[in-house]
Amino acid sequence: MNEQLQSDFDKLVKTSKFSSEEIKIKKNFLNNFIKNGFPNRKQEDWKFLDISQIIKKNISDLSFFNGYSQSNKIDPSVLVDVLEHNKIIFINGKIEKIDFNFEDQNKIEIIDETKKDMSFEYENSLIDLNSAFIDKIFKILIKKNYSLKKPLIIYHLTNDKIKSTNINLRLDFELGENSCLKLIDYFANTAAKNFINIFYNFNLEKDSILKNYKIDKYRNNNLKYSFNNIEQDNNSVSETFILSAGSDYFKNEINCNLNGEYSSAFINGIFSLKENQQHEIRTTINHLVENTKSYQLIKSVLGRNSKSAYQGRIFVNSKAQKTDGYQLSKAILLDETSEFNAKPELEIYADDVKCSHGSASGSLDENSIFYLMSRGLNYQQSKELLINGFLIDVVEKITDVEIKNLITNIIGLKQ
Amino acid sequence: MDTREKDIEKLKDYKYGFTTDIENIKAPKGLNEDVIKFISNIKKEPQWMLDFRLKAYERLKLLKEPNWQKPKYPKIDYQDLYYYSAPKSMKDKPKSLDELDPKLLETYKKLGIPLQEQARLNGIAVDAVFDSVSVATTFKGELTKHGIIFCSMSEAIQKYPDLVKKYLGTVIPVTDHFFATLNSAVFTDGSFVYIPEGVKCPMELSTYFRINASETGQFERTLIIADKDSYVSYLEGCTAPMRDENQLHAANVELIALDDAEIKYSTVQNWYPGDENGKGGIYNFVTKRGLCKGKNSKISWTQVETGSAITWKYPSCILKGDNSIGEFYSIAITNNHQKADTGTKMIHLGKNTKSKIISKGISAGFSDMTYRGLVDINSKAKNSSNYTQCDSLLMGNKCGAHTVPYIKNKNFDSNIAHEATTSKISEEQLHYCQQRGLNPEEAVGLIVNGFCKEVLQQLPMEFAVEAQKLVGISLEGSVG
Repeated sequence: MNEQLQSDFDKLVKTSKFSSEEIKIKKNFLNNFIKNGFPNRKQEDWKFLDISQIIKKNISDLSFFNGYSQSNKIDPSVLVDVLEHNKIIFINGKIEKIDFNFEDQNKIEIIDETKKDMSFEYENSLIDLNSAFIDKIFKILIKKNYSLKKPLIIYHLTNDKIKSTNINLRLDFELGENSCLKLIDYFANTAAKNFINIFYNFNLEKDSILKNYKIDKYRNNNLKYSFNNIEQDNNSVSETFILSAGSDYFKNEINCNLNGEYSSAFINGIFSLKENQQHEIRTTINHLVENTKSYQLIKSVLGRNSKSAYQGRIFVNSKAQKTDGYQLSKAILLDETSEFNAKPELEIYADDVKCSHGSASGSLDENSIFYLMSRGLNYQQSKELLINGFLIDVVEKITDVEIKNLITNIIGLKQ
Repeated sequence: MDTREKDIEKLKDYKYGFTTDIENIKAPKGLNEDVIKFISNIKKEPQWMLDFRLKAYERLKLLKEPNWQKPKYPKIDYQDLYYYSAPKSMKDKPKSLDELDPKLLETYKKLGIPLQEQARLNGIAVDAVFDSVSVATTFKGELTKHGIIFCSMSEAIQKYPDLVKKYLGTVIPVTDHFFATLNSAVFTDGSFVYIPEGVKCPMELSTYFRINASETGQFERTLIIADKDSYVSYLEGCTAPMRDENQLHAANVELIALDDAEIKYSTVQNWYPGDENGKGGIYNFVTKRGLCKGKNSKISWTQVETGSAITWKYPSCILKGDNSIGEFYSIAITNNHQKADTGTKMIHLGKNTKSKIISKGISAGFSDMTYRGLVDINSKAKNSSNYTQCDSLLMGNKCGAHTVPYIKNKNFDSNIAHEATTSKISEEQLHYCQQRGLNPEEAVGLIVNGFCKEVLQQLPMEFAVEAQKLVGISLEGSVG
């Protein structure tokens, strides 16, 4: 693999216009990745699902250079049509279209230069891989006091013209004071057996609001890793919703630093898995100052041979008095072969805090099924109704009504 | 310093921090094959026991000290420790209590366990382990009548080799983790209990551990076997004198419950925690594991952890037999610079197995407390359930409280429920108590005791009183 990495990296350097300084930085990242390789189960954060094994098993010919220049016709059928929206379309890891037609163009700025300062301190070799192989960092700036009129949907599409088995992507978002962004990540993959590595970096200034919805619904044979780093200033709010159902493997990682007072973070997630799917959500919420709040709700429905893992960590600094932190993870196991793992972690150094977590897992309640069947539903219907009720709880937490309806429809839940 | 502060200061002093001047026999310093042979030889052990130790030592050479735990400590030089230390007068073992070194007896009196009196009054059979050798076992006659074997490990190796051979190392094999394997290689003594079929042990069995000599590690090994349809309740208490250097305590405790048997194991651990600047104190790295081997068996751990500079242990239950039950009740209190990383593991293998975990952590001063637990329900463990509750209480903003539960559910018939909260004593509660005439210290004591009640209730009567007092003493001076 290392030779492949090296030669693909050389190809990237040859075809792109990096300054010598940038090449030096990138080389550093590459060397870090070569040194550490893909994360494995020996690392605490990867204990439940070992990505190095999973990649080995699924992708035999790893290649990293995405020398992709063809322009593609965008198949309009994959686009979301029930909701007016701005779009950014990625096909096979390359930007195909940017469309902010609904917005005031002066209020949004898109910079696509390589940022010199890419360094990001986080112990994760996948971020090194990402930093080494991306050729551009797109930075989206939302200016002070501007709220986007329509949500922005970022389409992550792949098709069979893809040249490498690994795609790296990075976007930076800067939300100015009192601004608001609703962002939907929408995955639709026709190519299979690719490893997609996405890194978002959000910076939320005072009073800004970020709503991020990740929708991975359609069954595909890809492996995905998504990392969101969120920095929050005073009184800012971030809301993240994850629908984790489509890919073979998907790990969503969220690192949220509550740097400003009265800032709050909400994370809600649904796993709906079957046949050989292995998904994970890992969150780290760092409460660093007083009066911050976080809330997490993760629910899993696990079918045959599927496995989900939730690792949630709430960290409370000794300065962060009056913190309110809450975590709840629930799972329904539908089959003998399904497996649920959880590691809800609290690390607390301040005394005037309210932190709690809960985790429950088990099968569907036979008594409830009996109750429904005695009212005339058949077994399958009763089961579906109970699962519907179990999951709708999470969707209800979505604060944007339009998007809530969209997601309810996509999952196929009944209100 | 006003008088009140002085009083607090006095109370904070470690009550059990005296050393006894007794001549000791020590093995040469360091860890090597010769030392192991020396220990085995001085204890007149049979060849198979020596082989067991050497096998563990071979394995130990390949192992690395683990370092994933939260409380970090300076590297221990294992070659700079004495692995065997016995009071000299023990060379010819006394036949009865009257023959014991009076100084030894006095030590126990200071500890609050006058052997004779306590034995007679409480009906508790005491097996006292002083440094590394079991000194005396009281109440032998009564126990023999029921066919119960309660003696020191060394005695059991001599007298009941078949039982020891059959069960020793079956729950904690010599191939286990670093500290357990170290213990297997160099363990010196400990208690051995065998309850025959159908016998309900008529009294509480009890051990008192005490580390006396400096630079020694205490490596005791306890093995409790409850045969079919039997019951035993076992108490363990620990103390150590004050010393500036850190001392290592790496014990192994193995419990085996056969069909329909029940073992209740209670610990009150009050090792020297170090002074208020975090100097000295015991490293308490103990491996405790129970195996519910037979169907309908039950193992219950209750622990009150108030001492030690670092506590790092996870009393665990392997629920192998169908319908077996594992329980874990724990209070852990850390003050000053103490650190604790403790919790439990419940491994469900059999059908219809149940486990319950209640953990209460209290941290004050500059201390750090971690609950770390594992609940693992295997795919064959149909219809199993677990309930976990871990609550933490913080006093002051210089201490930490952490919860790290690992939950693995591989069986769709089984349920796991886990809850955890972290909070502090509310001003309202304190105000209410003070309004009714309690001073702040008393008020905190009362509230903390209420917080711990669920666990304290699980302790046998005599221990519950002691534990309640310990809870009070440990938190002295942490208010305001």
